[in-house]
Amino acid sequence: MKLTTTNTAGKLTVSVAGELDHHEAGELAKKIEEQLEANLPRDCVLDLGELKFMDSSGIAVILRIYRRMNALGGRLYVENVPSQPMRVLDASGIDRIVNIAAKA
Amino acid sequence: MKEQNYMKLEFPSRSVNEGFSRAAVAAFAAQLDMTLTEMGDLKTAVSEAVTNCAVHAYPDSIGPVWVRVRILDADTVEVQVKDRGRGIQDVARAREPMFTTGGEERSGMGFTIMESFTDSLKVRSRPGQGTTVTMRKRVGKRVTGR
Repeated sequence: MKLTTTNTAGKLTVSVAGELDHHEAGELAKKIEEQLEANLPRDCVLDLGELKFMDSSGIAVILRIYRRMNALGGRLYVENVPSQPMRVLDASGIDRIVNIAAKA
Repeated sequence: MKEQNYMKLEFPSRSVNEGFSRAAVAAFAAQLDMTLTEMGDLKTAVSEAVTNCAVHAYPDSIGPVWVRVRILDADTVEVQVKDRGRGIQDVARAREPMFTTGGEERSGMGFTIMESFTDSLKVRSRPGQGTTVTMRKRVGKRVTGR
């Protein structure tokens, strides 16, 4: 998977491309946490626009980032979610605690 | 139900095979005229079942995983994922949403997703002997070729 980050004015945008499953999840969560530690953002935007596949491993990654952002006193936004990952997020009910927006 | 076609795979429970197995199942199931959403649901369900083998069946080792896919009648795909791992102590509890023994790396949503993305889910398990998960999904259209 590919990860790109941009940090402007307290907002860290993390864009994830490829397939997010258990094989990729641990390394991805670690890399995003390192970015959060390095930048200490007020807002974190997780852009899933280029994600080709996601299973429930992705839910655990999002919850991990959510908890970390909470501890930092910041907010997490999950944006640009394609339809297959969106179905997984919908089935989990995670949208009750994390801000999630589908890809237009 | 009448079996129209089948295929079988065997591979070690290495996490890199999660992507391979869902792609292989999807490629085989493509002979049914499925929508993109149905295909996405099938891949997700397979990914969850195979991940369970890597994470839970063989937590400290690598063991064999068998996947059998059958096309039944003209509109149903059945996927069976089988391991000879440590088994599940309490299947009813394991199927509950958010229940996990996998720590913060896992969400506890695997069985919930398998259940909501397919039409039927059967879980047979014996502690110390392994687990067999069988899922069936009926798809909208008919077989286009044999």
